[in-house]
Amino acid sequence: MDHATVILFIVGGTALLSLPLGAYMKWAMDPAPGQANRWTALFQTIGGASADQNWKRYLVTLLVFNALMFTVTFVILATQQWLPLNPDERGALDPTLVFNTAASFTTNTNLQHYAGEVSMSYLSQLAGLMWLQFVSAATGIAALTALARGIAGRPGLGNFLMDVQRASFLVLLPLAVVVALLMVLGGMPMTLQGSAVATTLEGAMQTIARGPVAAFLTIKQLGTNGGGFFGPNATHPLENPTFWTNALAMVAIILIPMACVWMFGRIVGRQRHAAVIFTVMTAFILVKIAGAVIFESAPTPAFAELAVSEETGNLEGKELRLGATTGPLWAVLTTATSNGSVGAMHDSLNPLTGLMPMAGMWLNATFGGVGVGMINMFLYIVVAVFVAGMMVGRTPEYLGHKIEAKEVRFAILALFAHAVLILGGTALFAATALGQTTVQDPGAHGFSEILYEFTSAAANNGSGFEGLGDGTGPWNIATGLVMLLGRYLPIILPFAIVGSLMAKRRTTESAGTLGVEDATFGTMLGLTVVIFGALTFLPAAALGPLAEHFSLP
Amino acid sequence: MSDFISGLRVAAATMVLCVGGYTAIILGFAQVVTPATANGSLVTNGDGKIVGSRLIAQAFTSPQYFWPRPSAVDYDAAGAGGSNLSPANPELTERAAALIAAYGGATEERPIPADLVTASGAGLDPHISLEGALFQVARVARARGVEPSAVTTLVRNMAYAPGAFFTDGRIVNVLELNLALDAELAAPADSD
Repeated sequence: MDHATVILFIVGGTALLSLPLGAYMKWAMDPAPGQANRWTALFQTIGGASADQNWKRYLVTLLVFNALMFTVTFVILATQQWLPLNPDERGALDPTLVFNTAASFTTNTNLQHYAGEVSMSYLSQLAGLMWLQFVSAATGIAALTALARGIAGRPGLGNFLMDVQRASFLVLLPLAVVVALLMVLGGMPMTLQGSAVATTLEGAMQTIARGPVAAFLTIKQLGTNGGGFFGPNATHPLENPTFWTNALAMVAIILIPMACVWMFGRIVGRQRHAAVIFTVMTAFILVKIAGAVIFESAPTPAFAELAVSEETGNLEGKELRLGATTGPLWAVLTTATSNGSVGAMHDSLNPLTGLMPMAGMWLNATFGGVGVGMINMFLYIVVAVFVAGMMVGRTPEYLGHKIEAKEVRFAILALFAHAVLILGGTALFAATALGQTTVQDPGAHGFSEILYEFTSAAANNGSGFEGLGDGTGPWNIATGLVMLLGRYLPIILPFAIVGSLMAKRRTTESAGTLGVEDATFGTMLGLTVVIFGALTFLPAAALGPLAEHFSLP
Repeated sequence: MSDFISGLRVAAATMVLCVGGYTAIILGFAQVVTPATANGSLVTNGDGKIVGSRLIAQAFTSPQYFWPRPSAVDYDAAGAGGSNLSPANPELTERAAALIAAYGGATEERPIPADLVTASGAGLDPHISLEGALFQVARVARARGVEPSAVTTLVRNMAYAPGAFFTDGRIVNVLELNLALDAELAAPADSD
């Protein structure tokens, strides 16, 4: 069977599944007034007040809750050596690593400067990290729900603590149970026993780390978290035993980000608009997938002089049971969404293939993270509507809201911050010993390693070119800060935009209003993403992956 | 302040349900329905001793066994990882050249399959390609003093397509293949 069939089944199948899930998420997250679903009363009891909040109040509650998340996990990680559920007696962690890891999982990034099976107790993995995989994803879904309510013209944005419970208990938890049970049936480990010790056929001792993998892996995929139970993530045979668990994992990676677009469309009451956004996002990932699969089918340059038969292209860093297509396909899906789990080692991808995941994270809106991907796309929509309005000489409007200089300034600021965090960080570490002493490969590839790490941190992705020796104090602190800024600025600024829109009188749409439900708008949006998102990073791409490609023998 | 107290209650509720409840459901199901794979797909020999995991590559260096793909972490299943080398890195060339020598050479007419000279992502890939197994048949048959055709038959019987009709190539689990070799085509007595 050829590549196209696998890709069609995974991407097309998930797109179909995302339609009913989007409708369900609207029901779960945003029950119509007066028809509050039966869970509402329970969540009110747990969360206390459930009154509607304005944008500032909603944002403060979100940030307070996220600070709490960070603190709880920081404490668990910092004290794991004294806590229970530690059968393999994992010791204390370096303080900068604790900071980096708590920031990483709170921000839905899951950048990992440690290897789970080496450093973490089962309690740290479950109560520290897996808990954040639920609630950080729930934070993203809640934020999108609130933003959509504002755009829909509701008087308030809803209540954060209600929304975060809805997302945790009604969206993530039931989906995670279903998918995790399938993963278990697919042969994935789920045990609290410590490592097994085997005597191999040739008489050597082999210690085999295992653990509660199925539960952890599932929410890592569904919530665009991406942090692996084991160091090498989903390339590890116990974290991805078969072709079928691999396929299911890829579906889980893109399912909720896709459904978020439909949920947004339903809350703002414009499903055709959502369909246009969905089409633009899908076009971007299909182009990247095609590029990655083609570039990766090229043979390994290092074997040019040797008698090696390479039927399936570059195999370094890839697993045979997962099939030849799925390495590059996974690489694109995991970076188009802000997931960051890996099904092949990105550092060992051919140079141009490696450019595809980077491009995904630079844009960070072609599906993007759960909730926040659609929020990032909202920033591009604001810019696109403004530019289009200027071009035809009309007042720019979006769903009955006048888009003016203030809103555009906030949107550009958020998009600009993403670029500054990536390029500024890369410049600092590439020009000094902070980064130069930590790269594994020489030359352009070493630059790519640094560029990828800051890109991944700023995009809250979490994958890496893992040849980089990123377990140092400076890397822990720098990427920790970048992850925090890269998470909260693109939530705070869109909220400010919506707050500003809500303060204005809504206009009624007329024949003169720029449509947001047609191919013209889709094209305009796609071009905006390319021009603002991609061109910013072209010079950096030229120094890294492009330079490496053209220097190949 | 009320945000903080309410937040604590929501944090506690998510901790109880999403960590406690969720883990308990999946753990209970796994241990009851699929205990063998839930505990790491361990393989035991006739005496009940663990000889490895079906999913985890282990080192094989003696000529009478099929050899797995190379591992960047020397088959350390408590600290897995890949080489992370760029595909143009000269270290890959050196490693592949050394492996080709260990396999007794490769020529344009008889090239070595790529999986035998490339390290997997976790360094624990339990499989080799069917071609990678066939490449080793002559050596294994010679070391065991058996007919190559018998070994070839065993290899072909154990090869499978990992993704059914979605995948073209066929692969073989190295540990299972070597266990089958010991069971069906016993090694010479002096090799123990």
